[in-house]
Amino acid sequence: MKLNRREALALGAGALFVTLTPFRGGALANTTDEEIKAFTGGATVMEDDVVSLTAPEIAENGNTVPIGVSIDSPMTADNYVKRVRILADGNPRPAVATMHFSPLSGSAEANTRMRLAKTQNIIAIAELSDGTYHMAKAAVKVTIGGCGG
Amino acid sequence: MAKSKPRVKVPKTATVGEVITIKTLISHKMESGLRKGKDGNLIPRQIINKFTAEFEGQQIFAVDIDPAISANPFLEFTMKVPGPGEFTFTWVDDDGSVYTTKSKLKIG
Amino acid sequence: MKKILTAGAVILMATLAMPAHAELDTDKLKGVKPTAENHPLEKIISGYEFRNKETQMLQDDDFDNPAYIWVDAGEELWSTADGAAGKSCADCHGDATTSMKGVKASYPKWNEAKGKPMTLQQQVNDCRTERMQADEWGWESDEMLGMAAYVASQSRGMPVAVKTDGQMTPWFEKGKDIYYTRVGQLDMSCANCHEDNYGKNIRADMLSQGQINGFPTYRLKWQKLGSVHRRFKGCMKNIRAKPFDVGSDEFVALELYVAWRGQNLPVESPAVRQ
Repeated sequence: MKLNRREALALGAGALFVTLTPFRGGALANTTDEEIKAFTGGATVMEDDVVSLTAPEIAENGNTVPIGVSIDSPMTADNYVKRVRILADGNPRPAVATMHFSPLSGSAEANTRMRLAKTQNIIAIAELSDGTYHMAKAAVKVTIGGCGG
Repeated sequence: MAKSKPRVKVPKTATVGEVITIKTLISHKMESGLRKGKDGNLIPRQIINKFTAEFEGQQIFAVDIDPAISANPFLEFTMKVPGPGEFTFTWVDDDGSVYTTKSKLKIG
Repeated sequence: MKKILTAGAVILMATLAMPAHAELDTDKLKGVKPTAENHPLEKIISGYEFRNKETQMLQDDDFDNPAYIWVDAGEELWSTADGAAGKSCADCHGDATTSMKGVKASYPKWNEAKGKPMTLQQQVNDCRTERMQADEWGWESDEMLGMAAYVASQSRGMPVAVKTDGQMTPWFEKGKDIYYTRVGQLDMSCANCHEDNYGKNIRADMLSQGQINGFPTYRLKWQKLGSVHRRFKGCMKNIRAKPFDVGSDEFVALELYVAWRGQNLPVESPAVRQ
């Protein structure tokens, strides 16, 4: 497809219009805020030190970034971590995983490996059995290799 | 790999009340559905979308997995040992395949 | 029969004396001295040392290392019969944990019947077509990579020591020539990055010495295991050169020469890199 300058400008304007049109909670809840809301049901999320999120400061390749969550909890039948939602705010789709813990877990700790499309924040939100939500963020720089090979 | 193969690292023996670490890995390309193939068309999504770890039929840990989890998905988590029994680890593929592996735990 | 029994007894004793898994002394990855007097490097350093902590950790534990998915598959294939002769690797070579010990450290190696050096992967295919009467495996197929990694892992921790004299000399010289010849639109040779500038960043990526003691290697970029020839091709594409083919005489010669540059480094296969 070849475009002349005028057509290119028109396309650009169209794209700009699409960008500016506010997202009205359609079928795809794919922005980070929408994902958080979908997970918490709109409840307040506390950004405190209940959740700790481990991630490398610099990832040598965005394809395999090791991450870990650890939530301060006794993990007893009446006081435990139910779920942890992991999101990446700079990926084409922010959803990464939802972890389900139980008192049988013994500790609310888990590690996995994830994909990051670029430098961005990883977000972990924990839902505790008392109905509260707690969040931690970690910024990860993704290296653009000089010699990917 | 053509067929997905799970690997599990779990102790064979433990004491009651001990918190043990379990590691699992399964071979899978985790095709995100966001990549384009050589013909310019999107490569259809095919991922492991769910992992479950059970002990004697009770859920220890489970994950709903999105395409942002890396190829050959790795998961590490813990269990507080309630007694002897059998683990069941299950992975569910988008194509409907279910991969299961079991492992026994003794008290010693 | 008696001879076989004796050999069996020797192997059994050897097995008892050796640990189940070859151990890797990670201290040696930090640098070893070359034996050859004309070696261009004072200190030979593994690619492991040029990677960050998170990448190193993926290699440090055999379970965490995703390459072991392929190693496990290779172990299964080792004793699986294939081809018209109805043989498996194990039918000729027995227990790989003893018979394949040290093999990777000495490859590429001169093959008298072929009249040229062969890489480990070529040797695997030679066994398949000649002895097993089976089809060749593709160079980057999961089967080939799994088998190569399984065999290579038996030499883990053993020092790389390839023969470069005698009939190998012209191949060694050819490999050396390729290493130092500038090619491609960027007009660069292997040496420009991996001899002159290792330890420096090329954009955000740190250049290593380009050592190959950890191949087949699980690369995060590839999200799978890959051969050293695949890696060579990647480098050549990056300098905008037309890559040689996997399994070509050029890459066999280059593999031999680069293996020599990594002399005394412990075999690290299957390594994990970025």
